[in-house]
Amino acid sequence: MPTRRHILGAMAALPLAGLSFPTLSWSAPAGDARFMVLILRGAMDGLAAVPPLADPGLARLRAPLVPGRPGSEGGALDLDGSFALHPALGSLHALYRQGDLAVIHACASPYRERSHFSGQDALENGTATEAGAHDGWLGRALGPGRPVDGDRAVALGETVPLILQGGSGVTSWSPSILPQADTDTLQRIARLYERDPQLSAALSAALEANQVASADGDGKARPGAGPAARFISLMQAAGRFMATPGGPRVAVADLGGWDTHAGQNGKLGRQFDMLGAGIDALRKSLGEAWRSTAVLVVTEFGRTAAVNGTAGTDHGTAGVAFLLGGAVAGGRVIADWPGLAAGQLHEGRDLRPTIDLRAVAKGVLSHHMKITRATLDEVVFPGSGSVSPLPDLVRT
Amino acid sequence: MSLPDARTQAAIATNRFGIGARPGEIAEASGDPRGWLLRQVAAGPSPIPGGARLPTSAEAIARADAQARLDEARARARETKAEPTAMAKAPAAPRYDIYTEEVAARGRSALETDRPFPERLVWFWSNHFSVSVDKAAVRAVAGAMEREAIRPHVLGRFEDMLLAVIHHPAMIFYLDNQLSLGPASPRGEASRRGLNENLGREVMELHTVGVSAGYTQADVTTFAKALTGWTVDRREDAGRRFGTFLFSPDMHEPGPKTIMGRTYPQEGEDQAVAVLQDLARHPATARHIAGKLARHFIADRPPEAAVDALAHTFLDTGGDLTAVARRLVALDVAWSESPDKLKSPNEYIVSAMRGLGVETEEAVIMLRSVSMLGQRPFAAPSPAGWPDTAQDWAAPSAVYQRLEWAARVGQQVGPGLRQPGSLVGEMLGGQARPTLADAVDRAASGAQAVALLLASPEFQWR
Repeated sequence: MPTRRHILGAMAALPLAGLSFPTLSWSAPAGDARFMVLILRGAMDGLAAVPPLADPGLARLRAPLVPGRPGSEGGALDLDGSFALHPALGSLHALYRQGDLAVIHACASPYRERSHFSGQDALENGTATEAGAHDGWLGRALGPGRPVDGDRAVALGETVPLILQGGSGVTSWSPSILPQADTDTLQRIARLYERDPQLSAALSAALEANQVASADGDGKARPGAGPAARFISLMQAAGRFMATPGGPRVAVADLGGWDTHAGQNGKLGRQFDMLGAGIDALRKSLGEAWRSTAVLVVTEFGRTAAVNGTAGTDHGTAGVAFLLGGAVAGGRVIADWPGLAAGQLHEGRDLRPTIDLRAVAKGVLSHHMKITRATLDEVVFPGSGSVSPLPDLVRT
Repeated sequence: MSLPDARTQAAIATNRFGIGARPGEIAEASGDPRGWLLRQVAAGPSPIPGGARLPTSAEAIARADAQARLDEARARARETKAEPTAMAKAPAAPRYDIYTEEVAARGRSALETDRPFPERLVWFWSNHFSVSVDKAAVRAVAGAMEREAIRPHVLGRFEDMLLAVIHHPAMIFYLDNQLSLGPASPRGEASRRGLNENLGREVMELHTVGVSAGYTQADVTTFAKALTGWTVDRREDAGRRFGTFLFSPDMHEPGPKTIMGRTYPQEGEDQAVAVLQDLARHPATARHIAGKLARHFIADRPPEAAVDALAHTFLDTGGDLTAVARRLVALDVAWSESPDKLKSPNEYIVSAMRGLGVETEEAVIMLRSVSMLGQRPFAAPSPAGWPDTAQDWAAPSAVYQRLEWAARVGQQVGPGLRQPGSLVGEMLGGQARPTLADAVDRAASGAQAVALLLASPEFQWR
């Protein structure tokens, strides 16, 4: 399939992006690369995030969900004349214009059913099914002998998600609103955990993470803070971790709330606001390290091409991924557009996938994280030899 | 396999099958731990303390609607600066929040029950049929669903519970079925709205046969059509029926439907009832439920033989949950001396409050920490409910927050304790290692003794 792939909009975007991206001087030394995966749980509607305004099928299938033309009051934000961003994605639009955002459209993981839970499992375990592997592709990409070891990865949140499982030594962090336990009590607890490998590993990882996260600020959340404040503080922490010299180089966070079966216009506007604010917070806290960072934003699958009976959309197939960061060769929409005409839809209802999400992940892992092709084909995404890494995703 | 000694079995009965030993409970169970559980199975869950004062789901919906109308009238009055109507002028009474009341009632039930095994089954099934108050319409009725559709059936027939849940307004609202119109129904033909597959999909995937049962997208769509018309009565002239289940023929997709190879010729509500009955009795459902029960009570990766045994009992008895509970108690592998289940935040905090003997109303307030530790009541992140394996709850940050919580509880209750050392035996019986008793005895303070006990591996695993 790679031979059929072409890049839409790259040329159109260049004059703008070219002004602000001095490609060569920004190349990061090997070993300095940062990689983050942000999982949007619940199936983000790719056709709402990045509407293909040039496709006449869009208005035919989902007129009530299509934003106004670029330039109109509250209209979509133009990318390349064919595609646009949702009006609430202004932060991402700014990144696109400075060449730090690539949009990958009509892409999907190899999973082809429509269950959130199995779909997320497949997205994270790096196979086509929920039972395809018990650990995660990013976890398997890390380890001794790889460019990045498992102990250089951090999960933002209460749990280590499936995608990072399998990488030993992965830590996690989330803001706490409790007073800190005193040192003497912690030491005694640590002794009680000596014979419990799971709890003792968790405790020592937490203590290390606290040291980094509290470097500025005390790592405490304000009681009653809503989901937006929480997401922003997680993204800030992610940036702080990855900016720490000798600290984590890989991070994972997630954001839920994307399952928009009904009344999706209002709901998605708030979701996109939150997403943009989180990414702004990440960029600020990364500081200089933004230049060597690539962030892959993915969701388990897209949603139906047509609006459903309740002003929302149902579970679909292909959708959008974002790749952003100072290390990204952005300012373009990468798509092999399958079209929205009746005969072009997957199973007559969904945007048809033409780019394998694994090709995107492999492109970043190989060129940015320097992971070998053999490891990618056999270990990270088992049996994916026929899926070539997407080239030129990062600035080299 | 050989069973652990009686004192350890009693601790397992109270902590693994139950929801955490209260003072005296391990002693009570130690004569005959299995018999202690079977007597609870025969008796069923305890009535909820003060449960009669809670509104029915219909009353809750009526109140929530009235509150919404009042809020709207006030907002309009503010916007237009017009003379407010009498209704909008009424003083803003302190808002009665049904959700808060429901969570407190559920907490009292857990803290006070002397039938902790059925109470754990209520938790299990409530999570199996998860709804979330993050959807506004669900907020008033999530607790009512647990009381009305789950609690009465946890030791009854699975089919009855399934039918009660899918008829319940909380599940209908949660999965948008009140919005779903059959495309060829009278209202569907007149409207731009149409089918919503959400409820049909989750019933098959999560509540009954499970995702790998081999059904197709067409089965999901057809089942969703069979469910059209299952809604909640909010008609102005509904009278006493307001807020109850309504089958609306105007919304229902007419005609026979074929789902998973079987054709359903029924008309009206009976059609989806027949599908639900078949799904409830399907072998894949038996297997799916057995797997979840074994994972909850035995191990994150339970032995196949245990799943087989439970599935057989489920299938042979037509989903008799008393028979399944008895079979579970009879499985030797469920009594393994080394615990494999890490407590969820809710289990952790409830068991701490029960074990420390904290007075109920004070403990109800402390149960609010469950949200802080990541498990806000009736707010699981997806219709799949809360996860049920150690790796979901044992991330470093989660483990650390539990320790901080344990230390804070120690500061609150530790100073008043006469003999913190005796708590080890009362709460953990034969499950506590000598090193833990030593550490608690040598603690620098009552506060630290409690913190160590609650943080200990023995207390975190069940």
